[in-house]
Amino acid sequence: MSTTAAPLLEVTGVTMRFGGLTAVNNVSLTVGEGEIIGLIGPNGAGKTTFFNCLTGLYVPTEGAVRYRDVVLPPKPHLVTQAGIARTFQNIRLFANMTVLENVLVGRHTRTKEGIFSAILRGPGYHRAEAESRAKAMELLEFTGLAAKADHLARNLPYGEQRKLEIARALASEPGLLLLDEPTAGMNPQETRAAEELVFAIRDKGISILVIEHDMRFIFNLCDRTAVLVQGQKIVEGDRETVQNDERVITAYLGAPLEDSTPAGPETVTETDQ
Amino acid sequence: MTTTETTPVIPLPARAAAALTGLGALATAASAAMSWTWTSDFPGDLTYYGSPAGLQWLALTAGILTLVLLLATQGVPGLRWAAPTRSNNAVLYAATGALAVSAYSVTSIAVELDGLVNLEPGGWVLAAGGLITVLGALGLPLDRRTHVPLRIVDKRLFLLVPAAPLVWFGAHAIPGDKPVAPVLTALAGGVAIATGAVLLLQLGHLANSRLRLGKIERPLPAPRLLPSWVEVLIIVGAFGLGLFAITFGIDTEYGELFTGFLLFTALAVAALTKSGLIARLRALTVKHRPVTTGAAFAAAASFPFTQSSDQYTSVATNILIFATVALGLNIVVGLAGLLDLGYVAFLGVGAYAAALVSGSPASPIHVQFPFWAAMLTGAAVSMVFGVLIGAPTLRLRGDYLAIVTLGFGEIFRITMLNLNGTTGPKITNGSNGIPRIPDLEILGFDLGKSHTVAGIELGRFSNYYLLMLLVTALVVLIFARVGNSRIGRAWVAIREDETAAEAMGINGFRLKLLAFALGACLAGLAGTVQAHVSYTVTPDQYTFAEALPPNSAFLLAAVILGGMGTISGPLAGATLLFLIPKKLEFLADYQLLAFGAALIILMRVRPEGLIPNRRQQLEFHEAAIPAQPTGEPTALTKAGA
Repeated sequence: MSTTAAPLLEVTGVTMRFGGLTAVNNVSLTVGEGEIIGLIGPNGAGKTTFFNCLTGLYVPTEGAVRYRDVVLPPKPHLVTQAGIARTFQNIRLFANMTVLENVLVGRHTRTKEGIFSAILRGPGYHRAEAESRAKAMELLEFTGLAAKADHLARNLPYGEQRKLEIARALASEPGLLLLDEPTAGMNPQETRAAEELVFAIRDKGISILVIEHDMRFIFNLCDRTAVLVQGQKIVEGDRETVQNDERVITAYLGAPLEDSTPAGPETVTETDQ
Repeated sequence: MTTTETTPVIPLPARAAAALTGLGALATAASAAMSWTWTSDFPGDLTYYGSPAGLQWLALTAGILTLVLLLATQGVPGLRWAAPTRSNNAVLYAATGALAVSAYSVTSIAVELDGLVNLEPGGWVLAAGGLITVLGALGLPLDRRTHVPLRIVDKRLFLLVPAAPLVWFGAHAIPGDKPVAPVLTALAGGVAIATGAVLLLQLGHLANSRLRLGKIERPLPAPRLLPSWVEVLIIVGAFGLGLFAITFGIDTEYGELFTGFLLFTALAVAALTKSGLIARLRALTVKHRPVTTGAAFAAAASFPFTQSSDQYTSVATNILIFATVALGLNIVVGLAGLLDLGYVAFLGVGAYAAALVSGSPASPIHVQFPFWAAMLTGAAVSMVFGVLIGAPTLRLRGDYLAIVTLGFGEIFRITMLNLNGTTGPKITNGSNGIPRIPDLEILGFDLGKSHTVAGIELGRFSNYYLLMLLVTALVVLIFARVGNSRIGRAWVAIREDETAAEAMGINGFRLKLLAFALGACLAGLAGTVQAHVSYTVTPDQYTFAEALPPNSAFLLAAVILGGMGTISGPLAGATLLFLIPKKLEFLADYQLLAFGAALIILMRVRPEGLIPNRRQQLEFHEAAIPAQPTGEPTALTKAGA
């Protein structure tokens, strides 16, 4: 555990309830400057809900999320402005905009030109627009999409759509990037390329919190990994700690047969805990 | 596997086919100089030799167009520029245009004057010419697909065919005094129309599977390098031609001519697209953007100078008002993706605001603002209303927003009705409206009076037309600049996926409110001019749906029909939607039926709109997308973060 780095993101006791269902239960997590943190867990463990709590899509029922020592406002656009960008589990690009336009939209919070500036088109407007375009093209070069800048996002192959989502998120100049299953549906080569991309992003000084199912990907990348099972963080640590933890094995592979009878009802009553 | 071929539909020697087409085209053109009918009862008086009128001009143009395209595809030196693609499909479309004009003219003469006996030799030459042209063109080697399966309309629909005579017989078997008889007669009419539509649709499928017309991608020969000034001249010439065509359309004095004009124009544009000429022209306009904008504006501004009376400039002025409001709505619907069904209310707010400060004796506020102040007032009041209506409603999405805006549109109209002194404070005079709005005077120039400019007398409507054109130009400028900026991109992002847009740092609510306010402001601007143009503002000018534009339903139709998110789209859509009902008045009771049918056909043929956004074009015609491995197209539409 790298305790030396100042915590960039500090999540304390976040709980998210939907009526009687507790999707996320008292989860705490810190992400330090320049760290790559993994978040794993079986389907329905509450990983994406946890992400949505961080990014202001949901307001956590309890607990607080602090970024650079400031409590995050519960509005997605303000969270992005504060410096946290995200990608989505199901790719959510602006399908009928070009690749370049998608990235330019990502620059929205870092530019200020309002409606009058757009109508009058003074020198300031042209400067800001040119700067935005240059930065966007730089990101497209970085993700290897520069040649397709004028294509419609919907016409990109799946792997490139994932990359574009990352480029779009990076355009908002975040300090922390949240990746929700960045390698879902990718083949091994593409996954390896994604790994390299994540390292390259970290080398730019951006911390990363990543949800993933691909264990090899997670353990190759992450400094620490947290395991979420049925809304609760059961363990956090490096590869060895997580892989050898019995509760993790039980969560993924199921308990040995003789223990399964008591485990059954426990699962059902989980939400009441 | 090849999917396309170049073969004739009718097996004829290529030379013979070309000769036949040429002969037909010549005959069609020549018939214009002959008498088509013996009596001047048919609109336009087509009885003279050597003096073409009305429909005859269309026949002449159709014949010449076909001939030029034919010679161009045959590679005649000096004319090859007219068909860069060398596709004979262009000739076929032009020939179909000639046939459409001839068939339509002959049929309407026969129907209106009772029988084919009313045709003079010219009419027969016309009929033969149209037929021969198309027969010849079908013998030319055409771009076709190798196989098109015959599609059958849902078989159950064919049950209508025996049903129609049964219902009709039933309606006549019952004595006329029984109350069910008129109901059955109406039902018989409905069934007959439905049957006709089904049969027509099946006929279309049949023709499609036989003709198998397709498109073969051929690399266009590189355009000849022309001096810059020649290219500019070509653009100016094209806009001049466009102005001429639109002027012809607006000036058509009787519906028969307008219908013929629409038929021919649609097919002529299709022919020019197939010939590759439109693509060439587009390349030129992209190269000379400022010249194109200037030429378009100049062409529009010279319209009043082509008119001898104010009769059609008033139509043109109203078209401009309608088109400008449609463009404003396009910000809300086309860019930000907010379905607004009560948009006409903002036009009304602007008009009422301008009327109240116009110095009209009926206005309770006895002030007369100078026009610039009235305009700012109208725009500002409209914008305030936009914000007031938008703030509570824009938290809703999709259908809910549509319903709420529909409600607000009606609330505006009914409020204006009720502020009449009896059911509310006396501000708007209720259904009587605010009459006698004085004419504008700008810098000592009285817009209500005729002025002579360059030897041409410009009447009241011409003055307002030119004023409105300036407003339109302003709205176009605002739309173009805002649409292609940080704000415009944010709007499109919200339209595409609001959740993702918010995750990218866009304040969705604020930007939607901004779109709403700007749209309202631009409609209000148009409203201030409208109040003065029409002398009177009344609540019933601003309804949701009516037979004549502008109203909310027509505005939305203009945007969707023209092309969402574009500038020229809503302008073209609005022009067409204004002219069609106006010119179809001769159909009397069937006017709305024909109008509805025209809308359905347009949307069936061009779902992306007349002048589509590049994006929309790709969306609706997947085949047009350059071949690319598209991984998982569904991944983009899935919801749920």
